Amino acid sequence: MKKFLAAALSVLLVALLLSGCGAKTNENEIRIGINYELSGAVATYGQSSVDGIMMAIDEINAAGGINGKTIVPVKYDNKSEPAEATTLANKLMTQDKVLAILGPATSGSFKAEIPVAEKNKVPVVTGSATADDVTVDLEDGQVVYNDDGSVKGLKEYAFRICFSDSYQGSAMAAFASENLSAAKAVIIKDTSSDYGKGLAANFLATFTEKGGEVVAEEAYVSGNTDFNGILTKIKGMDFDVIYIPGYYQEAGLIIKQARAQGITAPILGADGFDSPTLAELAGADALNDVYYTNHYSSLDKDPLVTQFIADYNAKYGKEPDAFNALGYDLAKFVCDGISRCETLDSESLKEALASTENFVGVTGSFSVDEKHNPVKSIVVIGLKDGVQDSSVKVSA
Amino acid sequence: MEQFFQQLINGLSLGSIYALIALGYTMVYGIIKLINFAHCDVYMIGAYVGYACMTYFHLGLLPSLLIAMAACTLLGIAIEKIAYKPLRNATRIAVLITALGVSMFLEYGTMFFVKAEVRAYPAMTGWMTQSIQLGSGISVSMLQVVIMAVTVALMILLQFIVKRTRVGKAMRAVSLDKDAAELMGINVNSTISFTFALGSALAGAAGVLVGVYYNSINPLMGVLPGLKAFVAAVFGGIGLIPGAMVGGYAIGMIETMVDGYGNSLYKDAVVFAILILILIVKPAGLLGKNTREKV
Repeated sequence: MKKFLAAALSVLLVALLLSGCGAKTNENEIRIGINYELSGAVATYGQSSVDGIMMAIDEINAAGGINGKTIVPVKYDNKSEPAEATTLANKLMTQDKVLAILGPATSGSFKAEIPVAEKNKVPVVTGSATADDVTVDLEDGQVVYNDDGSVKGLKEYAFRICFSDSYQGSAMAAFASENLSAAKAVIIKDTSSDYGKGLAANFLATFTEKGGEVVAEEAYVSGNTDFNGILTKIKGMDFDVIYIPGYYQEAGLIIKQARAQGITAPILGADGFDSPTLAELAGADALNDVYYTNHYSSLDKDPLVTQFIADYNAKYGKEPDAFNALGYDLAKFVCDGISRCETLDSESLKEALASTENFVGVTGSFSVDEKHNPVKSIVVIGLKDGVQDSSVKVSA
Repeated sequence: MEQFFQQLINGLSLGSIYALIALGYTMVYGIIKLINFAHCDVYMIGAYVGYACMTYFHLGLLPSLLIAMAACTLLGIAIEKIAYKPLRNATRIAVLITALGVSMFLEYGTMFFVKAEVRAYPAMTGWMTQSIQLGSGISVSMLQVVIMAVTVALMILLQFIVKRTRVGKAMRAVSLDKDAAELMGINVNSTISFTFALGSALAGAAGVLVGVYYNSINPLMGVLPGLKAFVAAVFGGIGLIPGAMVGGYAIGMIETMVDGYGNSLYKDAVVFAILILILIVKPAGLLGKNTREKV
């Protein structure tokens, strides 16, 4: 009897194990993978993006889904680590059988995911990976075209809905020399990320092109907390602005320590500044004369934007930031692609995304170009006492 | 010249933190020949305890500092009793690997409870936000003054405990020769516990000071300063209390000077290059005597 019981139990166990493998596919569902930084160094980007994504998906499902099918998000946390992002992408594509993956938010993790996407032929779309070589391979920093006019080294299954670092760095350099009449700049860059290095290079190029001079270039790595050495060194120099291409975690501390040392020059940054933690780290008093390039500003008066802000406020009880807006647009963009699919598979979704024309989003209207980048404008946000005070639309 | 003095002050405040952490490494090494990798996480826990005191209970700096030191003392004793004591007669490598395990446990255990994101210490108010102007262009913030003053006070207290009290005498005896000390009637186990307690209290203090100075804390904040404090301890001569103080200030100063006059990109590389150099040229450290290993 005991033996029989043991045998029966083991059969049951094996059956359970087998049924656990492979996702159950449902005719009326469309599964979308969400691979984001929900913990770790840049957790606020991931969490903000996912809040926006969930809001968009809820709206679409509430309106009846896409052609009667409900969107089912499958959400995982990649802990802000590229290796983890790759593992999760594999899991989402092979086990969960998703149609497409949204995220990760940062360039490093997103780039790590792309080879998996190419192998499994599943599109991956990011809302905020801004590095230049996210969607194409560059040669000496330049896009190269094949003889037939197509882009060489295009990553067929990778898309993004945000502008690139070269565009962002150049736009800030243009803003510095034209709007702030700056002639001399200091760059303090994060050398541990592609993001920081890319922005610094493009700022430098455009700023010198406009007749400005970069008098010093300093560097730090992610996780540093003491910048007094660097700041004391530049304090004695003659400059008009400081450009900090990096993330809020260190930028907040640099701004705080710079203002504490009595450096009053305007401080410029990029979309990595866009986090409520920046104000907590730097303190509201220090955040004066601070400008950064961003995808969207809550000061925008466009009816689409005001509607989004009102809805977001109703759902989450706070003002949306750029990552919320990008996440929202990202989910809408992918769902727009799905609704234009001829057959519901990854291959035709890829075609549909690549041929997107005049998509209207909260972060601006755009079409997808041959490099799988959107063509859109950029905003420079000015901070006063830690809150957004001005927003100017610029183009590089 | 002003810039040099300003950098000197920056270096002293950074060095104070390293010195406080390095003391814990060096004392534990001195007494049981163990590099306690979990030490840097005790420092992180100290920062979080201080954060909790200030944010949720609205305590001032001094009470928070004392509570964090007390909490870390208990934690240090607990780590020693639970993780290291059962391995007292095991190989040194077994204890070392256990130390790494404890370190990971503390880091990821903390991450589970407080989440991985960076937290900001509450902003300081009143006199703490002021700074003193020395001559032309040199400014010392009150926070820097507090850090240096607390560090020096704690070091004097430590010297007093080690040199003038019975338990300090016991510590010195155990570190010199454990078996002989035991034969003389010294309770070796409680002396080792006491050493962990002292070192951990200093790390806790460093955690709170870093919290108020940089106002950014996260569960992995201990890793890099921990490694640098370890380099500082080796630099000064591991096992020697004055060595850790000298080493801590030296590493802080070198780092700041590389930032100020060299290339800021190579700051961390320079610190670790020093570790390699010291190990090749003078393994016993700056203040250490080269002793022949007894076989």
